Amino acid sequence: MTTKSRTRLSLALDILNHGGLLIVALLFLFPFFWMVTNAVRSNAEVMAYPVRILPHVFEWDNFAKAWTQLPFGRFFFNSMFVSVSVTIITVIVSCLSGYAFARLKFPGRDALLMAYLGTLMVPAIMLIIPLFLIVNSLGMVNTFQGVILPVAFGTFGAFLMRQFFLSIPMELEEAARIDGASRLRILVSIIVPLSMPAIGLLSLFTFIAQWNNFLWPLIVMTGTDNATLPVGLTYFQTQQGTQWNFIMAGAALSMLPGVFLAILLQKLIYNSIALNAGMGGR
Amino acid sequence: MASVTIRNAVKAYGPMQVLHGVSVAARDGEFVVLVGPSGCGKSTLLRMIAGLESITDGEIDIGGRVVNELEPKERDIAMVFQSYALYPHMTVRDNMAFSLKLSRKSKPEIENEVRRAAEILALEPLLDRYPRQLSGGQRQRVAMGRAIVRHPAVFLFDEPLSNLDAKLRVQMRGEIKALHSRLKATMIYVTHDQMEAMTMADRIVVMRAGRIEQIGSPLEIYDNPANSFVGGFIGSPSMNFVDGTVVEEGGRLVLRDVSGTLWPLGEKARAYVGRAVQVGIRPEHIRVVEGGIGASVLNIEPTGSETHLQVEVSGQPIVVVVHDRLAAEVGASIGIEADPDRVTLFDQQTGTRLG
Repeated sequence: MTTKSRTRLSLALDILNHGGLLIVALLFLFPFFWMVTNAVRSNAEVMAYPVRILPHVFEWDNFAKAWTQLPFGRFFFNSMFVSVSVTIITVIVSCLSGYAFARLKFPGRDALLMAYLGTLMVPAIMLIIPLFLIVNSLGMVNTFQGVILPVAFGTFGAFLMRQFFLSIPMELEEAARIDGASRLRILVSIIVPLSMPAIGLLSLFTFIAQWNNFLWPLIVMTGTDNATLPVGLTYFQTQQGTQWNFIMAGAALSMLPGVFLAILLQKLIYNSIALNAGMGGR
Repeated sequence: MASVTIRNAVKAYGPMQVLHGVSVAARDGEFVVLVGPSGCGKSTLLRMIAGLESITDGEIDIGGRVVNELEPKERDIAMVFQSYALYPHMTVRDNMAFSLKLSRKSKPEIENEVRRAAEILALEPLLDRYPRQLSGGQRQRVAMGRAIVRHPAVFLFDEPLSNLDAKLRVQMRGEIKALHSRLKATMIYVTHDQMEAMTMADRIVVMRAGRIEQIGSPLEIYDNPANSFVGGFIGSPSMNFVDGTVVEEGGRLVLRDVSGTLWPLGEKARAYVGRAVQVGIRPEHIRVVEGGIGASVLNIEPTGSETHLQVEVSGQPIVVVVHDRLAAEVGASIGIEADPDRVTLFDQQTGTRLG
């Protein structure tokens, strides 16, 4: 094969690769595009047929209307409070339990880990009723702790952190032990700072999962005051009809913190993926 | 500073025993090197001294205090690891100061100690760098700096030079020795490299399969190996071994090997006439001479200062070190002769040195 034909072949492959990637990217982006464009239409146009890709008239004030028509500021605060609390508790608990499973030696450790991981097999939906009964019996219905505590002690985080901790050389811990550090000091001063990629990833996943969590807050919280954003958005669905444009505007607004956090933690997440792929991204 | 005494130390992982009652003592200020092949238990022993491995049986005494049950931080030791184990997220300064911060030293005190250690190890310009910004040799020095700042009674080194290239290894060897002379601290150093052991140690402890084979000064061990294992392990190129029977021929003591070749022996072999023995001959104690034992050259390895010759004598490979340039070629027939007074006799069955 000549150099010229090789260059042509590699160019064709590049175009094919990038074309494929572009199509997949567009498929992923379309729902977001549709959400944003519906957010700036009138409700009549949202339901109009034939469907227009771009709005006839851009109604930018839909965002302000959606924000003011319902106590969106309150929803926003509730969601932020729940998501941040769950994220903080999850990270702390996952680091502690992940470290115990990764490094501490105690009888039955591996069996306990297996049993712990086994809970991942149980569909979350099956736990809703028993959890609600427990929360109810503890008098935590319609309280923040009722929304936060049952979801803050997840298995996934402990497993993720354990796997990451296992990749940290044992010699670092041994050096710290000789330097005079206790187990807790080693975790706080050595292990956690070295695990920021995994902690960033866990924080982002947890935050977004809680930010978007609909069912559990819907069940535990009653009334407008305690509603989180996903629950609050449903208030645009009334017996008189659904204000799709406001729901889309509210959804677009509610996405912003997640997007902001993802951008903020982008480098950490990249490092985490690179590390997990064995590319030594740190 | 302190002495370290190990009495009948045993280490077992479940039913598998890896150290079988090891006893050794490092005197105050002594540089002791534990050397042996991979899996001989030298690193395990060092980690037991450090408190990173529990002691199944026996006693470890540091400075007159039995430390079996003490945590590493309570043993007054510092350790330099093979991988250096520098905290990657801390600067050189913070790496060195970490232990001092944990022991709640005052800021000026910490700063003084770090500066002093940095001065000794020429690390001053690197104090604000992170480990990833350092070369292998510099990382090694930081690891030593981290040990120095604590003024430990005992320094432990676990194959600290293994990750360095040959030239840097020689340089760092000198630096560690200089550090020992300067600090006059007790140092226990683990290596699998017999050259490191020979050049650095006040005393060498040769280990094999969880047991101590010999303890002695480098030259003592080199000249008088306790058994054929030590003879073969210490020295590079390795000692040559020839099996045969001690006989007296025409008033001369010789070893008649299995092929009938006669290897001249010294007077000390007289006590073993008629006995099957193994003879150990250092490569540098064999000369190339005309009319010597017939050997054919298999390989020639010139190192510059000397030449290593691999020859075959009646089907048996022998290594010869000559200091002159050699005109011979591969396949050539030459004559060799071992210095009869410098050969070592070993028991053929047990490998123990005779005489």
